Amino acid sequence: MLNKLKRAALGAHTPHDKATAASKPVPMPLPAQVRILMSQHIGAPAKATVKKGDEVCVGTLIGEAGGFVSANIHSSVSGKVTAVESYRLSNGRACDSVVIQTDGKQTVDPAVKPPVVTDKASFLAAVRASGLVGLGGAGFPTDVKLQPKSPVDTLLINASECEVWLTSDTQEMLTSPDDIVRGIQAVLQYTGIPRCIIGIEKNKPECIDLLCQKTKDIANIDVKPLPSVYGTGAELILIEKCLGREVPHGGLPADAGAIVMNVTSVGMLGKYLATGMPVVERIVTVDGDACAKPQNLIVPVGTSYQDIINAAGLKPDVTLGKVVDGGAMMGHAVEDLSYPISKTCSGVILLSDASATPPAAQACIRCGRCIEYCPMGLAPVEVNGAYAARDVEELGKLHVDYCFNCGSCTFVCPAKRPCTQMMSLAKAYYLDQIKKGGNK
Amino acid sequence: MDTKLIVSASPHIRSDESTRGLMANVIVALCPVVVASAVIFGLRALLVTAFSVVVCVALEWLYCKLLKKPSPIGDLSAVVTGIILAMNVPVNMPLGQVAVGAVAAILITKQLFGGIGMNFANPALVGRIVLFVSFTNEMNAWVFPDAAVDQLASATPLQVADPSRLNLLDLFMGIHGGVLGETCALAIVLGFLYLVFTKTISPAIPLTYVGSVFVFYLIATGSIHESLVEILSGGLLFGAVFMATDYVTSPFTLKGKLIYGVCLGVVTFAIRYWGSYTEGVSFALLFMNLWVPFINDATRQTPYGYIKPAKKAGKEGADK
Repeated sequence: MLNKLKRAALGAHTPHDKATAASKPVPMPLPAQVRILMSQHIGAPAKATVKKGDEVCVGTLIGEAGGFVSANIHSSVSGKVTAVESYRLSNGRACDSVVIQTDGKQTVDPAVKPPVVTDKASFLAAVRASGLVGLGGAGFPTDVKLQPKSPVDTLLINASECEVWLTSDTQEMLTSPDDIVRGIQAVLQYTGIPRCIIGIEKNKPECIDLLCQKTKDIANIDVKPLPSVYGTGAELILIEKCLGREVPHGGLPADAGAIVMNVTSVGMLGKYLATGMPVVERIVTVDGDACAKPQNLIVPVGTSYQDIINAAGLKPDVTLGKVVDGGAMMGHAVEDLSYPISKTCSGVILLSDASATPPAAQACIRCGRCIEYCPMGLAPVEVNGAYAARDVEELGKLHVDYCFNCGSCTFVCPAKRPCTQMMSLAKAYYLDQIKKGGNK
Repeated sequence: MDTKLIVSASPHIRSDESTRGLMANVIVALCPVVVASAVIFGLRALLVTAFSVVVCVALEWLYCKLLKKPSPIGDLSAVVTGIILAMNVPVNMPLGQVAVGAVAAILITKQLFGGIGMNFANPALVGRIVLFVSFTNEMNAWVFPDAAVDQLASATPLQVADPSRLNLLDLFMGIHGGVLGETCALAIVLGFLYLVFTKTISPAIPLTYVGSVFVFYLIATGSIHESLVEILSGGLLFGAVFMATDYVTSPFTLKGKLIYGVCLGVVTFAIRYWGSYTEGVSFALLFMNLWVPFINDATRQTPYGYIKPAKKAGKEGADK
């Protein structure tokens, strides 16, 4: 009750719509060509190490980390490099990409073998070599994450998968629980973090059961069932729900004594330690009301959306209206189907014309739902007024810069206003003005 | 494929709740009150209600038509205002005067200030107050059809000299004089439960408002019976459930709602107990409506990860 006075943060009751939860991931037909981006992570883009005409195999290093916060990139197919060229992304930025014509053999690079890990340094080197980044969507390089500046007492595994539609984490848990446990144990062993909590939403009882069973003899790994409300899977909120701590604004999870890893990331780490195969493919949920065969596909990194759509098929009598990379709440709408997917793509959602058109916005009735449901305790309705007046001081008092675009405010708004979009604009405006003004 | 894809900002799904749906919930919640008013005061109650609704909707439509604004009547908010206004007048109120109340509510309080979401006070409330000060005689002509029964025939319980003789069950069932919607506590409570059950409103304001009036009277009079008479009389329950919870003119946060409810209780108690008006709810609501922006400013939530300014130096050092 007292907490509710401080911050209601009700958590939006989004539909789950996890139609593919029981769909075992199957490899999709190999695309004729892949385009592998050199920037699939937060930080500096990788530098391409191959040139046109080179022969590459599955797992061949084709891009080398371009700085400390960066990640290696590996080929997801075997074949011939047909181009190394700049490519414009949907966010307007350009980055280098390697285009590979597949030969269909999927020959594995002979360099792919399990890494020799004996201590912390060799472990971190192995993680860096694997090109592993946060696969839940953020794409933060894992080796950097595992070297926190503050003392950490808990490794949190984010298996809540609170997003609508997506089931790729669910299937990762159901199909690779041993890899997940191996990955967790390696992280605990080599970084010295004493314990691990796996947070799973209660709408996935089979995952909770399986991981409980796999970890029942391991004293320092616990499984924590979490309420099935949207927002639980956001890193900051997960820390609050599992540990009862808040990460100070602007800080990293380590400032609250935690490191958070996505469950697919840690599973991928476990696989790499056992096989030496870097991140070259991942489970992608393909769903949506325009999708003929909703399913989980194992997709090579660099496959185009078009190839994925061809693999899953469109319903014959439906016009494709929108393609979403990610979930319903935070995924972004794809503008060009020739774009390739990156390591962080957990779902490709195909929406029909009818369900893809955003409803018309009406006048705000000041019901306050956007405030009640904001997991961060912000006040979009008040930000709306301050942003309309371009009142930088007021935007600061309203802490608009805390917003992480979870989408809850737009989802719950009865007047169908695009609150989240307004929050993003207001946040960008505020940060820009602060930068210009030089002080807060 | 040449299909043009829709590109829009996330999220890509919306909840089923709509402005129209919320207003429809309020209308459903008002139904028991309307039915009770017809049972208690006769069928003219329905005529007054229908007339008020028609005038409110027509005024809203006409105003927007004349100003070439998109018609907002589909959101049903004018219907809600119309019903609430009608529930605030006695059964024999001349229809022309009801229309004056509708003008004050819809045209002046709502549309001139920018339409739905922009009004500074509850439109129906201002309509009621305009009627109250303009047509005092008609507004106070409480009629109870079965006039022979008891001392309540032509007065609201608030004007009865000795409240200890009032029957609580009669009060709860609404068998007494008053304006259309305020008498039957049972109907109001049903409406309240419906609104809370459908999550249309938070119960915080009605509970703190009614609760604080009860507590203040308990302290002032020392009698549970008299305190119960107070909360069952006059417009308190109706105002607390249907007017104090108006989204636009009530605070956003739970903290704000609790403060708002208690302040409403204080002002209502002060007007009723010390003032010369027997009925304090309308003026308490209007007075507190004006305070809402200040309450909102003072009762914001603490965002996740907020560090108190005292530690600000450390916070900026930790910025990414």
